[in-house]
Amino acid sequence: MSINLEHISKSYGKIEALKDISFKVHPGELFGLIGPDGAGKTTLFRILTTLLIADEGKANVTGFDVVKDYKNIRKSVGYMPGKFSLYQDLTVEENLTFFATIFGTTIEENYELIKEIYVQIEPFKKRRAGKLSGGMKQKLALCCALIHKPKVLFLDEPTTGVDPVSRKEFWEMLKRLQQKGITILVSTPYMDEAALCDRIALIQGGEILEIDTPINIVKHYPKAIYNIGSKDMYELLQKLKGFENTYTMYPFGEFVHYTDKRDDFNPNELQQYLEENGLKEITIEKTKATIEDTFMELAK
Amino acid sequence: MKRFIGFVKKEFYHIFRDKRSLFILFGMPIAQILLFGFAITNEINNVDIAILDHSKDVTTQEIIHKISASNYFSIHQFLEKESDIESVFKKGKVKAVLNFEKDFSKNLIKENHSTIQVITDATDPNTANTISNYVNAILQSYLKEQNKNSKTPYQIIPQTHMVYNPELKSVYMFVPGVMTIILMLVSAMMTSISITREKELGTMEILLVSPLKPFQVIIGKVFPYIFLSIINAVIIIVLSIFIFKMPVQGSLFLLGVESVIFIITSLALGILISTISATQQTAMMISLMGLMLPVILLSGFIFPVSSMPVPLQVISNIIPAKWFIIIVKGIMLKGVGLQFIWKETLILLGMTVFFIGLSIKKYKIRLE
Repeated sequence: MSINLEHISKSYGKIEALKDISFKVHPGELFGLIGPDGAGKTTLFRILTTLLIADEGKANVTGFDVVKDYKNIRKSVGYMPGKFSLYQDLTVEENLTFFATIFGTTIEENYELIKEIYVQIEPFKKRRAGKLSGGMKQKLALCCALIHKPKVLFLDEPTTGVDPVSRKEFWEMLKRLQQKGITILVSTPYMDEAALCDRIALIQGGEILEIDTPINIVKHYPKAIYNIGSKDMYELLQKLKGFENTYTMYPFGEFVHYTDKRDDFNPNELQQYLEENGLKEITIEKTKATIEDTFMELAK
Repeated sequence: MKRFIGFVKKEFYHIFRDKRSLFILFGMPIAQILLFGFAITNEINNVDIAILDHSKDVTTQEIIHKISASNYFSIHQFLEKESDIESVFKKGKVKAVLNFEKDFSKNLIKENHSTIQVITDATDPNTANTISNYVNAILQSYLKEQNKNSKTPYQIIPQTHMVYNPELKSVYMFVPGVMTIILMLVSAMMTSISITREKELGTMEILLVSPLKPFQVIIGKVFPYIFLSIINAVIIIVLSIFIFKMPVQGSLFLLGVESVIFIITSLALGILISTISATQQTAMMISLMGLMLPVILLSGFIFPVSSMPVPLQVISNIIPAKWFIIIVKGIMLKGVGLQFIWKETLILLGMTVFFIGLSIKKYKIRLE
């Protein structure tokens, strides 16, 4: 196992940040921790990167215990904290050189690994890191975390605050790194990114809700979901809230994701109800459940 | 070794790219030494005084002449009546008034004594004291000149001889003190700030999750400041020799070695401060309040330790600056060698080892 957690718990005073967490990450896997802010993702990363000690439970990274063998783990993992943590007053090149040096290597030695990412920021290599855009900063941070050829890569919300295009590029890079045999544990609050992982763990309030492949997680969704559209979104939400058979309804892009309490639900009935309440241009279509729907359902 | 060089290089980038810390590093020593050397002084020069002479005879004329001939006083005004004294003080320019009684000469010859009233403005007690002492001294020497021929049967003549600083220049007293403050401040405050900055910006998190060992991080952080503090020490010594004509009686080499020891003591203190503070602000407050004040008040820099109450005298012993000031004064003013200051040197070394040990013990290998 690349990463192995058994019954990990951690509290800060009275607040329980993690409650009895157990899971395994296989070598070469791209594993996602999906959950909202405050779910305990960062605490979990810090325990695995030997920065915090869990109150209970055991954890291994590449076979080393996170408490006893912390020195070995620190040599062989790459860590990118959630907060941008490079030296803002150093240039792109100086940052990279510095991190290569403290890990006892050089940029040239492992250039192959970072090449694809580094070429994108190379035109700015004389620029101070503090003056880069959000996406550039994250690419540089990823380069710095990769420069010593780690066996396991820990990425704590790497795409938070990054524009959609850069986010997409970033995930493409992760996929390529995975093909080079690096185990990746990544956390994100964005549900759409979850679908790009091999397996995901849904986490909320310090507890794991479910662990599976993204496809399986969606498959387990118990109900039929309908996309409901209308000209007046606000009115639509109000009226659906008033409908006696509504089970769940969440705004989802330009539609509302709707589930009904009954199994033998007839869309025409709902259409009629909405029309009677003065809504116009109503569309009702069956749709597939997303990870977000599953998360909302499990988090209830 | 490569790691170490890489780390030190990074530290120098930080220092040279931060204009504020550069200014503190090199502007402050120069500003402080000039300030203490020129502006803050216990000596009196050309103090304005006023004279109220009720007799206006030969003796008073001679005394007035003698006083105005000295560099210490310049006569600002001659007053006419007693009531002028108060108003002239209230204007604030005049620091002292000499009031000669009526028939000064006559009384002196007839009754063997006459009176002169010395009134000083004691809003600044030190200056007032000094002024009255100087006036006394001038009067004594005048009397001695007059009595050369007459014989008094018994006489005790004290022969005062001020050694090591015969001209009583206060800059001699300030330079060792200022040097101590600056080395302490630059070394302790700057290192503690630079270590806590890594904590605050989150870069410490990455440094921890790397093969760097705690002592490598600390030495890498501290090394640039040893170097910069030595440059500062050189600047201060050069300034005091060339601008204030301060003598260095003892060996410059010994002074250098002792300075390096003190710099390391301060750096160790800085590391200790950084282990107990989470933000740069806390580190700065602790350095300023916890180091600056004791150094200024308790080290013997301004107030002599021997005239403090006993509890404070005891406390002053744990302040590294006290020992360093003794060492610097010894070397610069008295010209003593190691055989006279080995005890102080040992105390400093002991403190250094203690602080380094404590901070390595307190250095956190994890986040909490």
